[in-house]
Amino acid sequence: MAVQPKKREMPVQDAKLRARNFMEVALGYSEEDAVIEAQRCLNCKNRPCIEGCPVKVLIPDFINKIKEHDFEGAYSVISKSSALPAVCGRVCPQETQCESKCTLGIKFEPVAIGRLERFVADYHNKHFNGEPTLLKSNGKKVAVIGSGPSGLTCAGDLAKKGYKVTVFEALHVAGGVLVYGIPEFRLPKEIVSKEVETLKKYGVEIETNVVVGKTVTIDELFESGYNAVYIASGAGLPRFMGIKGESLKGVYSANEFLTRANLMKAYKDDAHTPIMKAKNVAVVGGGNVAMDAARTALRLGADNVYIIYRRSMNELPARKEEVEHALEEGVKFEVLRNPVEIMGYNNQDDKRDAKNGFVTGINIIKCELGEPDEKGRRRPVEIEGSEYILPVDCVIMAIGTSPNPLINKTTKGLNVNSHGCIIADESTGKTSKNGVFAGGDAVTGAATVILAMGAGKSAAEAIDEYLNNKRRIG
Amino acid sequence: MFKIVNKQKLNSTVTMMDIHAPLVAKKAEAGQFIILRVDADGERIPLTVAGFDRNAGTVKIIFQIVGATTMRLNEKHEGEFIEDFVGPLGCATHTEGIKKVCIVGGGVGCAIALPVAQKFHSIGCEVHSIIGFRNKELVILKDEFSACSDKLTVMTDDGSYGAKGLVTEPLKEALDAGENYDEVIAIGPLVMMKFVVATAKPFDVPTTVSMNPIMIDGTGMCGGCRLTVGGKTKFACVDGPDFNGFEVDFDEAAARANAYADFERREREECCNLFKKELK
Repeated sequence: MAVQPKKREMPVQDAKLRARNFMEVALGYSEEDAVIEAQRCLNCKNRPCIEGCPVKVLIPDFINKIKEHDFEGAYSVISKSSALPAVCGRVCPQETQCESKCTLGIKFEPVAIGRLERFVADYHNKHFNGEPTLLKSNGKKVAVIGSGPSGLTCAGDLAKKGYKVTVFEALHVAGGVLVYGIPEFRLPKEIVSKEVETLKKYGVEIETNVVVGKTVTIDELFESGYNAVYIASGAGLPRFMGIKGESLKGVYSANEFLTRANLMKAYKDDAHTPIMKAKNVAVVGGGNVAMDAARTALRLGADNVYIIYRRSMNELPARKEEVEHALEEGVKFEVLRNPVEIMGYNNQDDKRDAKNGFVTGINIIKCELGEPDEKGRRRPVEIEGSEYILPVDCVIMAIGTSPNPLINKTTKGLNVNSHGCIIADESTGKTSKNGVFAGGDAVTGAATVILAMGAGKSAAEAIDEYLNNKRRIG
Repeated sequence: MFKIVNKQKLNSTVTMMDIHAPLVAKKAEAGQFIILRVDADGERIPLTVAGFDRNAGTVKIIFQIVGATTMRLNEKHEGEFIEDFVGPLGCATHTEGIKKVCIVGGGVGCAIALPVAQKFHSIGCEVHSIIGFRNKELVILKDEFSACSDKLTVMTDDGSYGAKGLVTEPLKEALDAGENYDEVIAIGPLVMMKFVVATAKPFDVPTTVSMNPIMIDGTGMCGGCRLTVGGKTKFACVDGPDFNGFEVDFDEAAARANAYADFERREREECCNLFKKELK
């Protein structure tokens, strides 16, 4: 049988329709879709896709199970490596990871590994009612700080090895960036809570409303009987550009805008947390977070949403799929543009004018690409005298974050680098403090869900090894 | 869930509650704040710690009923529970090296000023307190301030209690008279803090203000609580809430504080109507 050159299409909500609702964009494969796509896998000898996966899912094995219609079997394969398959299947940048290594991809489109993973996870979540088989506890306690993708992965892996794991979460709900950052239409909250419930079945305890560094310190966790600690507190404070007008009303960090919309459900009419429902919105930045913010603004009813990015379409750091979805939905890309100032309303004659202090526009300057920088990306160079004002009533800054200072301020012996990121060994997550491991954005600065999961996974192995050695010596 | 172990009405718009939150009570210090949600789907609001009992595991909050969330909170009775209560957040008020301090509290801000005054008093510092209210009916915590202050001045706008006038007047008199405060600490409405700073500045007395901007997570993630301090962007939740009053851009803070005025009014009205309906 000749190989199908293209991936089986993913059914999606119509772009016009979905740009105005918060329901999931991609609808997922049917069983038939999944089996047909699985048959495209050549089952090649080298299995390069596994190398492309930060958590090393045995990809060809689960695809083979799909071919045999054994969807639960496929799930068992994935869940051995990934604590959050339904999440990964949705938000991983497969095109630069597993799928980029796929042998089929040399000549044709690679196998749609991400879509298949999502199918398997959704199938399991829909059909499986049983209880997981629990391992006997080994009596060792591990504290995980942060319930985002890195923390949950580490917690899940350790629980499956027999550790008693407690995850401490600062917010009122578990999930970290999966619930406050990534929007409902890309990752429904129900999916996240299902994955969290699964982890709880493995014995993972989740303590919300605990800010480690404030409510308890890491040293106190050790004193209260934890044998090791994994810090996965995520990225922290949003960055601003330092330009004039950033404190005007209507200027948000992407974190604030998305937190209001996602975590606090401000998109719902009866929500108690407000969000500005602006008509014209400028989002500054070109990453996945910028795309999420732009598409959320559209769904909140904006007529025009602009992405303002200082390089060209080719350099956008966001996933290709996210950019395509944004374009289809009507987000406008003002590329090779850099903000100079945010303009605000100021009625000199009437200081009490209710419109005073609200955003009216953003002054942006055109750029061209110059010489490559140290990372090899061509540097944007501003073209003198090319400024113009884009009339907007909301500006969202999506230009990254700097690490949260709460933990390192209160933890003696934990070293951080000049950016404030925790210094941790890349392959084990080991920090300068004995028994303390770290990973995810708290170490790397803002990155992707799957990289954070990869770090959680390696840390779980390293913690297991550390505690085993300790037991032998002690 | 966090139990309300004690509820007391301080005046017609201000309520005090003791919340059972042992982890928070164990760590709380004067000047820090907590974030709470009254019920599921509620908004997260910051309230400054008004006291704590480490043995009983309770944290005292005092709030003015100004918006929909504080209305809902005020509807809760003793023995009932609130959904979320997290903290202590922010940095504690600095007390090192201070021998003589003037604490200036305005309105419900006095609730936050009280534990600060008590803290200074407990470490042997000379405490002068000036507390101001609109009128007699709104005066709160007078006896408590009296107990921890070497000198207490109560002011009301209309003169119905204590002396008539603004809190800045006795402060200026004291400074004019040569009171050598190591620090002035102002806690109250933005406009009051702005003028306390303006009063103390000519005397070059370091003045700390406690900022209470709009917040969501309160843990250094969303950036909603940003302020301009000394020309730099600062975050009240992790860098504050106390800041050097000489450096705070009060006008900007005041403008940002009413960003959701419209929404809040609608919510409040809706909330009032709801309670009216429930009464029928």
